[in-house]
Amino acid sequence: MDGWEVVIGLEVHAELATATKLFSGARNEFGGEPNTNVDPVSLGLPGSLPVLNEKAVELAIRVGLALNCSVQASEFARKNYFYPDMPKDFQISQFDQPINGEGWLELPDGRRIGIERAHLEEDTGKSTHVGGGGRIHEASYSLVDYNRAGVPLIEIVGKPDLRSGEDARAYVSELRSILVAIGASDGKMEEGSMRVDCNVSVRPVGEDELGTRCEVKNINSLRSLGRAVTYESRRQVDLITSGQKVDQQTRHWNEEDGRTHTLRSKEEAFDYRYFPEPDLVPVAPSAEWIDEIRAAMPLLPGERRKRLAGEAGIQPAAAALTVERGLDDLALAAMDLGADPERVLVHVENNLADGQGALTADAFSALVAMETGGVLTATQAKTVLADLVDSGGDPAAVAATHGFEAMDTSELEGLVDGLIAENPDDWEAFVGGDEGERKKKSGFFVGQIMKATRGQADGRVVNEILERLADGV
Amino acid sequence: MSALSLAASVRSGERSARGIVEEHLAAIADGEGEIHAFNLVTTDAALERADRVDAVVAQGGDPGPLAGVPVALKDNMCTRGVPTTCGSLILDGWRPPYDATVVERLDAAGAVIIGKTNMDEFAMGSSTENSAFGPTLNPRDTTRVPGGSSGGSAAAVAAGFTPLSLGSDTGGSIRQPAALCGVVGVKPTYGAVSRYGLVAFASSLDQIGPFARNVADAALLLEAVAGHDPLDSTSIPVSAPDLLGVLDRGVEGLRVGIIEEISGSGPTGLEGFAPDVQSRLAEAAEALAAAGAVVEKASVPSTVFGLSAYYVIAPAEASSNLARFDGVRFGLRVDAENTVDMNAATRTAGFGDEVKRRIMLGTYALSAGYYDAYYGKSQKVRTLIVEDFARAYQSFDLLLSPTAPTTAFPIGEKVDDPMLMYLNDVCTIPSNLAGHPAMSVPFGVGDDGLPVGVQVLAPANGEPSMFRAAAVLEAAAGGSAGSRHDS
Repeated sequence: MDGWEVVIGLEVHAELATATKLFSGARNEFGGEPNTNVDPVSLGLPGSLPVLNEKAVELAIRVGLALNCSVQASEFARKNYFYPDMPKDFQISQFDQPINGEGWLELPDGRRIGIERAHLEEDTGKSTHVGGGGRIHEASYSLVDYNRAGVPLIEIVGKPDLRSGEDARAYVSELRSILVAIGASDGKMEEGSMRVDCNVSVRPVGEDELGTRCEVKNINSLRSLGRAVTYESRRQVDLITSGQKVDQQTRHWNEEDGRTHTLRSKEEAFDYRYFPEPDLVPVAPSAEWIDEIRAAMPLLPGERRKRLAGEAGIQPAAAALTVERGLDDLALAAMDLGADPERVLVHVENNLADGQGALTADAFSALVAMETGGVLTATQAKTVLADLVDSGGDPAAVAATHGFEAMDTSELEGLVDGLIAENPDDWEAFVGGDEGERKKKSGFFVGQIMKATRGQADGRVVNEILERLADGV
Repeated sequence: MSALSLAASVRSGERSARGIVEEHLAAIADGEGEIHAFNLVTTDAALERADRVDAVVAQGGDPGPLAGVPVALKDNMCTRGVPTTCGSLILDGWRPPYDATVVERLDAAGAVIIGKTNMDEFAMGSSTENSAFGPTLNPRDTTRVPGGSSGGSAAAVAAGFTPLSLGSDTGGSIRQPAALCGVVGVKPTYGAVSRYGLVAFASSLDQIGPFARNVADAALLLEAVAGHDPLDSTSIPVSAPDLLGVLDRGVEGLRVGIIEEISGSGPTGLEGFAPDVQSRLAEAAEALAAAGAVVEKASVPSTVFGLSAYYVIAPAEASSNLARFDGVRFGLRVDAENTVDMNAATRTAGFGDEVKRRIMLGTYALSAGYYDAYYGKSQKVRTLIVEDFARAYQSFDLLLSPTAPTTAFPIGEKVDDPMLMYLNDVCTIPSNLAGHPAMSVPFGVGDDGLPVGVQVLAPANGEPSMFRAAAVLEAAAGGSAGSRHDS
């Protein structure tokens, strides 16, 4: 792949977290008994008419604002094609006048990825093919569940600004965090409430023209996204380097064989015959309404990363995990109470993967203070922290129940002296070694002391003693 | 007897709803075999409903302004549990699980639904010859068509089977059959009557409206079904207009313009208007002038392009609206090896020629590469028509034209020539494109002794003045349109 650049643009569909469907009062709910969340409108019965769900528009505007899009007057259009799980045999979508125009999303590393548009549309039902291994062509019959038909979707069309599978994953991951943070969607890829179609093309490094793209569908996880991009870009490079050309196609990612397969060629592409939906009136959100929605928006993940990074004196990207776990408020509160930022973030990243539980900011900052003050070793602090998460309480009291007390430095010096006497070669190596060797040997000595004290010693203090003794030689 | 007096007699306890319904069922039993106005007469349900209305009166209650009055529904309006066919084989066996809004409103007004009337398949036609269940005949002359597409609803009223009926009008489908059958027919302002539960032909043009044997009855029925409906996003957010209260106000001082381009009188106008129809129009204009209106010639130049624009826009919307008839969820299914073949086999067997013709026209007009030249251009024409009307209504309160170029034509005469058939709607289509109200009032007969209709057009929400002019025309023409069973 040397000498080739991969160009990726993603189309992400996310189900909006409304109580009812986009155009009717049927419930928007995942996992009900088939065909129970339906009504004449979501079944597309003759004579039924759509009525727009205002909450869906509000959520769409939130998405637009979060993605720095221009929120604009819009209208709905019909996208016409026959498919059994689409009740009306057309989908109500938006075409040349989407509710959200151009915008951008900032990745944790600071790069901005362009957004082409983010528009509203309705979801389809779901087909189940019975017999023939569940494949449509061999099936003896198909069943259709219309519970999902008419569920509101926001389709977020990204510009071809991504350059690798990693980029694509980072983009989708950030987008998901944003959608969840603003309450627009639950972002669950595994339940299909967030779906990713991936446009991939390749071109020689330095080339400005885009190569012929293929759209890859059926990507059901972040992991598949990375794999599909890797496979598809490699396939295209192989075609070109062997003298063939890439055909514009829609391709299907197969999770089992790890390949993409032709779904349809450009010639077989549908002519959707878009035209303005005559059963709906245009949607022109007022400036007042948009301002109201903007005022009620929570801080976005990117803003939270910058806030935490500023407080902790680190790069925003280094704050990503803490924000992703939703523990930035806890971390900031603990820092406000005087806790050492570095220790706070180490604990959040290493020891709070399952959330803060019963841990309060007060207890957290007190614990970190004990640790930095040498009252508790890192190992002991971790043990106490786990208890605080489980059942709360005061860190000093919890430490006492474990019998954790700081070891006297002179007692430690005695132990270190004894250890040096027992291991003269290791000591020689420590004193005379280069930086790498010294580090290795310090690890050995600290480990031995920890073993001898059953974890009660403070590793940092042991290191200080070793350094002092070595300098004194 | 008028619907107004029938309702009054039921509300006062003078007559029973059951008696009225039985009388009309008897008229149907007598004449329906010849006319074929109905696809379904809901005898049992109508009698049960009449008994409930009578029970309300017996308990001292008021069943509503349409108490005990029979109303027939064009068979494209959904009725819960009752077959709704749209005159098509493709809806074979389908019973809607819900009532159209107009059905609920009729129920609330005390009306008795007496049956579902025959129509051109999916409201596509001007003669009711395109029904899968055979044609409806014109009660005035059974060798003639009743017009269409709401021919069954017009014929049922003209034949005295029911005092009132509802039709739908996409390009003239209420007004043209009203004219050909000699009854009153109204297409209200777009959005005045809810379309929820009306099986769509062309959504931006479709509008439900009343048929009656006199202007006041038409006003009574329109008042009962009009008014905002949250289930229809294109419904106007206002309540039903007061029409009965203004009917006797006359036309003194109203400015009325005769549209030259669609009345056969202007130099740039369309041709094909029968001389007797033109004469009746001139007499109608004189009658309005005699009643104090200021009547002049008016020009609405782009109305001559209405037909062409209509035959792009309406089929385009229809091609999409009718996609859902695919054999998957309801109605006819013709089995095949796979889903795509099943869709095709079902639609091939279920749709008639005219419906297929329009689906193909509309699909073509919306196709990539043709959209701008057809659909896009037609929308521009539509805008021109709206602008032309707006200009005309700066000088006039109402406009006037014939409803149809000729009186009722013989069955079979135009059915094999779609273009000739389409020309029947030149006068009525512009109002649908503009979204304006218009109504047909019987005004004398042609040389063949068959009814002639005069069309009164008004700007959006101009129903009150439109009905005032209609009442004046009705009086001048010699009162309420007769029916064979009225004499």
